[in-house]
Amino acid sequence: MDLLLEYREQLLAGLVTTVQLALASLVLSVTMGLLGAWAKLSASRAANAVAGAYTTVVRGVPDLVLIMLVFFGGQVTVNRIGAATGLWNYVEISQFAAGALTIGIIFGAYFTETFRGAILAIPRGQIEAGISTGMSGPLLFRRIIWPQMVRYALPGFGNNWLVQLKTTALVSVIGLQDLVYNAFAAGRSTGALFTFMAAAFVIYLALTAVSDLGLRALERRYSRGVARA
Amino acid sequence: MENLLSWFPLDLALIAENFDRFLYGVGVTLGLTFLSLALGGAMAVPLAVVRASCHRVLNPVVWVYTYVFRGTPLLVQTYLLYYGAGQFEFVRNSWLWDPVLSQAWWCALIAFTLNTGAYTTELLRGAIADTPKGEVEAAIATGISKRGRLSRIVLPSAFRRAIPAYSNEVIFMLHGSVVASTITLQDILGVGRWLNGRYYLAYEGLITAAVLYFIIVFAITRVFRWLERRYLRHLNRRREPIARNIAPPMGVK
Repeated sequence: MDLLLEYREQLLAGLVTTVQLALASLVLSVTMGLLGAWAKLSASRAANAVAGAYTTVVRGVPDLVLIMLVFFGGQVTVNRIGAATGLWNYVEISQFAAGALTIGIIFGAYFTETFRGAILAIPRGQIEAGISTGMSGPLLFRRIIWPQMVRYALPGFGNNWLVQLKTTALVSVIGLQDLVYNAFAAGRSTGALFTFMAAAFVIYLALTAVSDLGLRALERRYSRGVARA
Repeated sequence: MENLLSWFPLDLALIAENFDRFLYGVGVTLGLTFLSLALGGAMAVPLAVVRASCHRVLNPVVWVYTYVFRGTPLLVQTYLLYYGAGQFEFVRNSWLWDPVLSQAWWCALIAFTLNTGAYTTELLRGAIADTPKGEVEAAIATGISKRGRLSRIVLPSAFRRAIPAYSNEVIFMLHGSVVASTITLQDILGVGRWLNGRYYLAYEGLITAAVLYFIIVFAITRVFRWLERRYLRHLNRRREPIARNIAPPMGVK
């Protein structure tokens, strides 16, 4: 316990990085998810195909493989393009950027399915009613689709978020100084790896428990207008 | 052939040369994934029965187990076991240290098993809770014992209902097995990283690994589609009207 107190600043800094990474990738993945759901539900064959390929590829390849491909391969690609076109000099992709980008894109695929299901769950008649009263596309989305979509999407959203939060731990493998990395470093230098990994374990558990409670409150709030069975 | 391949951005010859290593990696990945799924699944059946019951002591105990293992990253669980266990002298002096706890493979297997066991327990608990009441009532009415009800009615029906969700768990476990490469094991990703490091490459090893994982996931989804078709056949919509076996009304030929 004294050891943990001694290294509390390092652990806290790691925790902050982990939370920032999770939130940054969440914003990206929700955006990708909305775009993906829109593409999957659109009448355009091309958009369907692109969104279908996106979700299939992402679900077929493990997260860490994609993170490493973006971090190691992406760096080389960006610099080769820069050298060939002369548009930019040497660029370094940070671990944070690579992690947020990759995890955001990966979970965008899961959010695509969640949002697609939620939009499909909205009774068709309500959308038709909106169109017949002359609502424009954006207004229809804002007034009819979004408020109900949120309610239908919340359980899936919560599930995705919990998995996403835990997935951020993998970015420590490419050297991001997050909670796992810092706990491991502290554990290694003090010879107390169990103590520090156990601390990381408990902190992750606290993060998921708090998220779980928050999500339940949100679910109650968004289903206020619905009769309970 | 040389000219034909030279436009291709990846060094295919190098990948082909090291392909036996990748096959070894496939073996490690599949071995760890399916062994942990089998052991975790075997563990999950009794635990799910407990979770679906109202036992006052055992139910909360199992709940704590599933909550803790589902609430933390697999990477941290694996590190805690592999790197953490050695902190204690009594562990290092125990008979388990040399053959098991100091071995990366065993640590990965134990951590993966506990992890998938927790997820599978909750998944099965849901399937058991969804058992149609009529099935149980029919079993009671025909005088099947409590045990027989569980083993012959509730569980078989719950297993079938759990197939779609379980296919996701299998794919997640395969994805999760890459953690093995972070504790020195040469699974598919481990071999890919080795190749990239050895020849100082950016893509070849990782892209080969990605393709191999993709093929395995594809095969798994195919197998589960077949299983669903076979074991959930009773849920399919009938093509023909149900009444086809009923004799036509009199006078109609």
